Amino acid sequence: MPLITVKDLCKTYESEDVKTSVLHDVSFSVEKGEFLAIMGPSGSGKSTLMHILGLLERANCGEYLLDGRNVTELTDNELAVLRNKRIGFVFQAFNLLPKTTVEENVELPLLYDDDPTERNGKRIAAALAAVDMTHRAKYFSGQLSGGEKQRVAIARALVNDPDIIFADEPTGNLDSKSGLQVMRILQSLNDSGHTVILVTHETITAEHAKRIIRVVDGYIVSDEPVVNRRIAGDGEVTLK
Amino acid sequence: MKITDPIKIAVRSLVTAKLRFFLTVLGIVIGVAAVILVMSIGASAQALIFSQVAKVGSNLVGVLPGASQENGPPASALGIVTTTLKNGDLDAMREKRNVPNLVAVSGYVSGSASIESPGVSIQTSFQGVSPEVVSIENMDVSDGRFFFAEEEGSLARIAVLGATRASDLFPNGNPIGETVVIKDIPFRVVGVLASRGGSTFSNPDNLVYVPLGTAQKILLGIDYLNFIRAKVDDTGDIDAAKSDIETLLRNRHKLEDGEESDFSVRSTEQALQTLSSVTDVLKYFLTAIASISLAVGGIGIMNSMLIAVNQRIREVGLRKAVGARPHHIMLQFLIEAGFVSGLGGILGIVFGVGIAFVAALVIPRLGYEWEFIVPGSSIAIGFIVSFLIGVLFGLYPAWKAAKIPPIEALRYE
Repeated sequence: MPLITVKDLCKTYESEDVKTSVLHDVSFSVEKGEFLAIMGPSGSGKSTLMHILGLLERANCGEYLLDGRNVTELTDNELAVLRNKRIGFVFQAFNLLPKTTVEENVELPLLYDDDPTERNGKRIAAALAAVDMTHRAKYFSGQLSGGEKQRVAIARALVNDPDIIFADEPTGNLDSKSGLQVMRILQSLNDSGHTVILVTHETITAEHAKRIIRVVDGYIVSDEPVVNRRIAGDGEVTLK
Repeated sequence: MKITDPIKIAVRSLVTAKLRFFLTVLGIVIGVAAVILVMSIGASAQALIFSQVAKVGSNLVGVLPGASQENGPPASALGIVTTTLKNGDLDAMREKRNVPNLVAVSGYVSGSASIESPGVSIQTSFQGVSPEVVSIENMDVSDGRFFFAEEEGSLARIAVLGATRASDLFPNGNPIGETVVIKDIPFRVVGVLASRGGSTFSNPDNLVYVPLGTAQKILLGIDYLNFIRAKVDDTGDIDAAKSDIETLLRNRHKLEDGEESDFSVRSTEQALQTLSSVTDVLKYFLTAIASISLAVGGIGIMNSMLIAVNQRIREVGLRKAVGARPHHIMLQFLIEAGFVSGLGGILGIVFGVGIAFVAALVIPRLGYEWEFIVPGSSIAIGFIVSFLIGVLFGLYPAWKAAKIPPIEALRYE
């Protein structure tokens, strides 16, 4: 059974008397362990698609099955629990809490875990180790570089051991070296079994994924595997 | 979510906005301190009034001009000049056959004037009294003498000084035999009273006493009395004495049956009850005014929390993205508001009690017997009301934050 199945999803925004259709009849599925890039130009609807897949907003029509379970009818509270347990987000703007330490930022999803028995410093430490940020654990978020901030954001996305990591333009605010580092981490997370769904407008970034869905004007125009996949190494990229 | 987590989150958020936190807390501190201070000062003032009235004696009966409800304030106490009480009433009360239980009766008139001694001029109150006032008010004459009975109606230009006025007017020597000038009329000082301590409405140490007739005819130009006070032989006879006085004066004033009396007869106990009701109203009124500042503090909390929600809207979005449910967000902001108001309440209590304590140290130096009283209810009310105000005024911002859809919050610029 696919991890994610969407059928005929559509999304329309309404403001006063203006209706804007952002997504039309979007259908595809994602298997567990995939590394999918959703690609498209600005305004194509790719971020909206990611937000719907990430349970941050609801589609107006269509069906969304997560692990076979229809999530379109779930309540806000049920969606929040799913986001907490099964989904991790990495945003372009990092979205770290200001005046708060790295550790405290990473801890955030754990605070909303209803089953805190396993919660301890070990999970935070493991998440920080996975992004090589252990040495900055006590730093405040404002003291970090852009690349470091994004690595902390990835650690935060990881700390609850989610099935799926959504990354929305994760390299958009980074220099190329930091961007490469972030892509390397995302690839290693995928290698260790996490499903990664990346949203980007850059072909080079998208080519780090195993599969690319291209969205234009709210329609899926292509859905194909990456032939020459980029593998982010330590300061260099190789093609596979 | 652990029970301590929302508290941890709220405290962390507050610490990141120290100035806003401080100013919001300050609003509550001022409100709670004001309520506690007003309630404390009200209770202390009430205790002072009661102690002063009790000090005068529990076996006293007073007659005031003008009608009044049973325990309501008499007209004269409301500043209305009533001229129905005459010297003849005073004389009639003194006659044993009219009111057998009275042992001493004095008429009172009072006024204010500039009183001069050589080199000193003081604006002060004077009282025209009968010689019996010494017995009625338990006065001690420390130097010289008080008025003789025959001096009451003789228009004698003599004066007895309260202890403070004696030292004010004659700082360098014994005033006995010296002259003071009241309204350009010279008076010979015949006595000085021992200090009796402050009172609420008038400090007897600050008074200058002259014979009743002298005050009425020479200084004030009136033919009525402001007040008559009498001492009853035994507290058990107070009701009988009041009844006799009532009958006597109604007859003297030729009042028909059913016609309202044009005077009021009161005992000390009744005076205490009246004072208690008046001071209670005053206390509650002042507390209500002080409570306005507490409500303003609450609005400050709401304002501050609304700003906090707007400033941290992306944080709310992020928290929701990582799994926070609406009630988590609501709880976070409510705890913040409750923490601000609770802390403000505690500090307000500390400041309110502290200022009341300082007042209790300073006021006795001004000559008043001031007790340090902080009603336990004021502390409980201060804390509980401030906390509830915080939660109440924090509800709307918290609800507003809780209902923002996560993606809208994340997109907020």
